[in-house]
Amino acid sequence: MTATAQTPRRTATPDRTVTFRIKRCDGPGKPSYWQDFRVKVPKNSNVISCLQQIAAEPVTAGGERVTPVVWDSGCLEEVCGACTMVINGKVRQSCSCLIDDYAPADGDVITLEPMSKFPVVRDLWVDRSRLFHNLARIKAWVPIDGTYDLGAGPKETPASQATHYVLSTCMSCGCCLEACPQFNLEEDRDQWDSSFIGAHAISQARLFNAHPTGSELKPDRLDVLMGEGGVNDCGNAQNCVQVCPKHIPLTESIASIGRQVTLHAISKFFRG
Amino acid sequence: MSQHRVIVVGGGLAGLAAAVRIAEAGTHVDLFSLVPVKRSHSVCAQGGINACNEVARQQGYSEYEHFDETIYGGDFLADQHPVLEMANWAPRIIDLLDRMGVPFNRTGEGNRDLRLFGGSLFKRTHFAGATTGQQLIYALDEQVRRYESEGKVFKHEFQEFLWPVMEQGRCVGIVAQDMRTMHIRAFRADAVIMATGGCGLVFGKSTNSIICTGAAAARCFRAGAWYGNPEMIQVHPTAIPGADKLRLMSESARGEGGRVWVPRKAKDPRAPKDIPESERWYFLEEKYPAYGNIVPRDIATREIFDVCVNQGMGVYGENQVYLDLTHKDPEYLTRKLGGILEIYEKFVGEDPRFTPMKIFPAVHYSMGGLWTTYTKGSYNPQTALTKHKSGSPAPIDAKVGQGMQLGAVNNSMTNIPGLYAFGEVNFAYHGANRLGANALLSCIFDGLFCGVSVLNFIRNEAPGKNPAVDLPAGAYDAVVQQETAKMKHLLDGAKPANQDASTNPYMIGKELGEEMTAACTVVRTEARLKQCLGKLAELKDRYSRLRLADGASWTNQSFGYARSVGDMLVLAEAIALGALERRESRGAHYRSDHTGRDDGNFMKTTLARHANGVTAVEFVPIDASLILPTARTYGKKDSSPNAAAAPAMASAAS
Repeated sequence: MTATAQTPRRTATPDRTVTFRIKRCDGPGKPSYWQDFRVKVPKNSNVISCLQQIAAEPVTAGGERVTPVVWDSGCLEEVCGACTMVINGKVRQSCSCLIDDYAPADGDVITLEPMSKFPVVRDLWVDRSRLFHNLARIKAWVPIDGTYDLGAGPKETPASQATHYVLSTCMSCGCCLEACPQFNLEEDRDQWDSSFIGAHAISQARLFNAHPTGSELKPDRLDVLMGEGGVNDCGNAQNCVQVCPKHIPLTESIASIGRQVTLHAISKFFRG
Repeated sequence: MSQHRVIVVGGGLAGLAAAVRIAEAGTHVDLFSLVPVKRSHSVCAQGGINACNEVARQQGYSEYEHFDETIYGGDFLADQHPVLEMANWAPRIIDLLDRMGVPFNRTGEGNRDLRLFGGSLFKRTHFAGATTGQQLIYALDEQVRRYESEGKVFKHEFQEFLWPVMEQGRCVGIVAQDMRTMHIRAFRADAVIMATGGCGLVFGKSTNSIICTGAAAARCFRAGAWYGNPEMIQVHPTAIPGADKLRLMSESARGEGGRVWVPRKAKDPRAPKDIPESERWYFLEEKYPAYGNIVPRDIATREIFDVCVNQGMGVYGENQVYLDLTHKDPEYLTRKLGGILEIYEKFVGEDPRFTPMKIFPAVHYSMGGLWTTYTKGSYNPQTALTKHKSGSPAPIDAKVGQGMQLGAVNNSMTNIPGLYAFGEVNFAYHGANRLGANALLSCIFDGLFCGVSVLNFIRNEAPGKNPAVDLPAGAYDAVVQQETAKMKHLLDGAKPANQDASTNPYMIGKELGEEMTAACTVVRTEARLKQCLGKLAELKDRYSRLRLADGASWTNQSFGYARSVGDMLVLAEAIALGALERRESRGAHYRSDHTGRDDGNFMKTTLARHANGVTAVEFVPIDASLILPTARTYGKKDSSPNAAAAPAMASAAS
């Protein structure tokens, strides 16, 4: 949010019909195909409410009755990350994609595609398990002594909290990976540990390295991030930071981890 | 590691807290979830988590007062001992989350900051921006990932729970279906913990995530688990109307000074900034001078509903009121409420720091749920005490074990041995109305406190001698066959050409939601509830002839939804029946034909049971041996739109 009053939105035509051009796929290994659906959009519509209408009555623009479109969604408030897809060529959450903004005039077209960097499960639903696998690789957790009552955690200044809170709002949606030229589709799990780990994981490493208890695992994290597929694979395209829906300073995180990795490498060299 | 295994169904706060507790004790956990657990509905909780803290304590607050507020807020419907234990544990839970790295907001000195929340005169709500639930679940998700890496937790994500497996009178596993491959199979376990959350989708549009159908709880109910207080459904006073869902506007917006008002003149066409202070009706502040805008949810909801629906005083004549933060410093608002204000701006297109928000109530939380039991702790006064006077010394300290006995095997266990229910899916803590920022607490408390009970159960009870791994396959195979037949029935004849709206699952689901919202939310009457039960019977009949448009045997989403609709219909019937039979008004349950609270007949748990396709309810006594019931008024006074301007908003006790 900016600190000034917002500019009014364009006025959308009421009771208009919008065409959804959807890239479909019946399952892994099956060919993709496109189908158009015409949806009459009421006030306050978003891509999810239109997909719900299509699911209830799946008839193409050509009048053919087809199977309902499959997609992934959860909270519908842009806080769970599930409903991420490529809309008009740009990756984003579909729940916060308002039709008034994207298709204000009668007959406007909105294209929906699954993310291309993850294997398609069906239609718009993709398998993002590699994203979570990469969080495990960098040990994205605070190694506490257990759940017993051991008193409070470390104190923290409001400024430090503000920095960490933003990093901690990463919802693992995968936008930064879809937009990254270095992160590519990899269906072979055996290749995951040597392929680029991605901005989201690097940023989480920064978060946990900065935590007094979390820093206990900093050497382990930096070992992973200085290796193959680590921070040095970043091509500095800076697409990640532009598409992050939570405005996480991903390029700052990459720079910070880059410095940490350099220091870690030097210190390892002298320690032998 | 022992040879025992525990199944946790649901990867929200309750499920993850349980998984951490059990895995750290060396018992293997199989964690089932419809979604990657990090995307569970707990992420939507915004405002915070309640606990007595050192600042409030030195002002006169105590764990005991937190307990008293929760009982009073719940209108004396909850069994009291478990609530006491939860309040006593709350500060320990905050400390633990702090150690896990939750970025709680901080004071200048680096202590955890606090905010005011509904139902209390003390600041006792801890928060992480306006996405507290998200931050808590991420911390627990990270701990579970740690145990997953060590091989102690196995996640079964995109797996739908279908039915519990029973053998020798106890629960010994589940049958689940992979949502992608559609493969149905049985999983053995020595105990099963249901942590599957609420049932907002029964009401169509709600503040809940798309996965909160209540189907998992309904399946346990159909399999013989009892259900407590189904009619107790919380309608949150402040939500943003939308086409796909009603997005929550957190209570923290009021806690941080948000004022609820409508123009004193009905259908006033002026923009809010053009309406002078004297022509605004701050109806909550006038009617409740002590609590003002931070009255509990059911009261705020009914007042907003009354102003709009009965008095026709809604903004621009529509069902909406202003929730106004524009008198506060924009920078302060960004810092304290950034996340939720961003949601409003994102989905409505107006910046709430400069334009008052337009909001209306929406179904939000289910106080009711699977019936669970417990073992009482050591605090058992000879006679119940009168209501605690806010800020006065507590009659007892906060020692662990006074409310519930730590480790007793039946804590949060359903009527089926070995089947537990943790978090929103049980009925235990919130009575007839939940206080804001108590939900996250009850979820984590169940996981941590009652997780120990599960461990003791598998060691010391039947699974100790007779672990699930050694049981014969018969019971498991039978449930797999039952669920496979159910799937076949639904998929039979499925094809795109099916176009009869009356047997379309999405149409049945939509009509169910509309009917339940109309009959079973803010105001209920006998006549309307009877009509609702008739409509449910019609929908059930249509459901039995349901026709799908998709017959695919791979990732068939409409099939999954259709199956859930059948379970939602069963739950809806229990909700409507409970609401019909409870001939009084209490907490969230308001009957315009029985407006008084009737402690003699109804200070009792509504116990719903399902057998042979028929649901029946009865009322069973509660244990209210700690605090005597009093009228729950929150100091209400009279007010009308024509009265003088409102007095200043009540301030906190700090």
